[in-house]
Amino acid sequence: MEARRREFLLKTAQGAALAACGGFIWSHLVRQEASAAVLALRPPGALPENDFAAQCIKCGQCANACPYDTLKMATAGSNMPIGTPYFEPRKVPCYMCQDIPCVPPCPTGALAKSLKDINKARMGLAVIDEENCLSWLGLRCEVCYRVCPVKGKAITVETHPRQISKHAMFVPLVHAEHCTGCGLCEQACPTQEAAIRVVNPKLVQGKIGEHYRLGWKREDQITQDFGAAPTPTEPADQAVAPKKAPGMDTLNQGIDF
Amino acid sequence: MHAQAQPLDNTQAGDTKPGRVVRLYTPPATITGKLWNWRYLILRRLTQFGILAMFFGTARYGWEVAGRPLLSGNLSASEFMGVIPMADPFAVLQQLLTLHVLDKEVLIGAAIILGFYALIGGRSFCGWVCPVNLITDAAAWLRAKLRVPDFCNLSRSVRMWALILSLALSALLGVAAFEWVSPISMLHREVVFGAGLGLTAILGIFLFDLLVVKHGWCGHLCPLGAFYCLAGCATQLRVRFDDSTCTRCVECVRVCPEPHVLNFKQAADKGMVTSGDCTNCGRCITICPEDSLSFDLKPLIKQHNLNASQQARRPA
Repeated sequence: MEARRREFLLKTAQGAALAACGGFIWSHLVRQEASAAVLALRPPGALPENDFAAQCIKCGQCANACPYDTLKMATAGSNMPIGTPYFEPRKVPCYMCQDIPCVPPCPTGALAKSLKDINKARMGLAVIDEENCLSWLGLRCEVCYRVCPVKGKAITVETHPRQISKHAMFVPLVHAEHCTGCGLCEQACPTQEAAIRVVNPKLVQGKIGEHYRLGWKREDQITQDFGAAPTPTEPADQAVAPKKAPGMDTLNQGIDF
Repeated sequence: MHAQAQPLDNTQAGDTKPGRVVRLYTPPATITGKLWNWRYLILRRLTQFGILAMFFGTARYGWEVAGRPLLSGNLSASEFMGVIPMADPFAVLQQLLTLHVLDKEVLIGAAIILGFYALIGGRSFCGWVCPVNLITDAAAWLRAKLRVPDFCNLSRSVRMWALILSLALSALLGVAAFEWVSPISMLHREVVFGAGLGLTAILGIFLFDLLVVKHGWCGHLCPLGAFYCLAGCATQLRVRFDDSTCTRCVECVRVCPEPHVLNFKQAADKGMVTSGDCTNCGRCITICPEDSLSFDLKPLIKQHNLNASQQARRPA
């Protein structure tokens, strides 16, 4: 009896030790795979990365449904979490189909079916390398602005002084609030290496924190006791309504039409 | 927890039947006879390649029937004709252990597949569907040809530990632990959606099975196989065993990839192979020189046993 008990305990300990060793290696492998996730751009409607990693069953039905073959399934050794769907905008961007065909086939809910408006998708965030952007260098380009499906919101073009030239530069600016991360801009960028790229917002996006108040903005104005400022009774826009005829400025002043 | 019967115990224990000539298996001479003998092998390869081809064609060429994708997805989760969802119940179980709420499609799909194997299929996923079986069968065939000796012994219970571990790690790491590194999923995914380094894992399995441990992956390590051992242990489709004609030539034990399931004492007692480890590959059925083995349904086997025992009790 004593010998059998001893044998049983030893066998169990051996099995458990083997399982523990295997478990260490195994969990290291899984964690390493999961850590690559920050590089992957996910299909529209993808849950936050931790939930996505847990819920994606890697069946590829989203990739099958994509009419542009945008979505790829990561192979082993591709520096993306094995088997998960991703896309590379410089090769094939997301064309933002209005009916979002990739989301309904997802059987697990890793792609949230609550996404009905493709403009609300947040696959990534476009960032501009101002040192290599043609527009920021003073040339006329603005290709990213033209191809942007959320034109005028996700990317705007602003004027900017052009050093000693009399003409202004027209520089593109990305607004994270509206950028879906579709990557049409990255694909269209004419530079040798794209000067505008879509990346996981976590890699580039800062956060100022709750304690800052931008007092010069109307919505951020605060009073002495740190309460919200009272809304002005008369909107400022009305007060400075232009009295000139539309289209009049310093260049055509004084000309009699 | 696990049957540890040694395959050759039956003969070593002097379990041969007295009074019957022991004939060994002789391969048929004619082509038709050979094809008939390979019937389950041919059927298994047809289903294995057929399923892969349907996945591949749907993903690569957009195969459709009546405007619906034929079979979209892969073995982890799929949808047949845009209607019937299917999912790997083991992968879904791991995902549920990460405490995430899954959509009903995948839950229904997992229930369909689990129900099929629990009621009819048993562990036939391993022999009839799993693409890794193609690799390990090739390795086993070559191993027999080259007469490779065992490098080391491995307990078949290791796969149960792997099963427990994959469930525990899923809960701990928050992702489906086996599904994330499963060479099975890597293989069918990379066949369906494009090849990558996952195929090196398959090469590893091939070499392991060929040179290290006989039936190493499918028979000793694979937690998915272990899952189906447990899930299919009450299946209705079984290999029937006719003790009256069996001569204990042990040809079946020699070809069986899970030889411990052919425990003659138990099989004679129940009239069938009862272990959930049986993959329903049919090798034993086609090799048996006495036709003592055949596929049958459990209720029919029980009825047959009942009739046989009644006949035995009746005075001659």
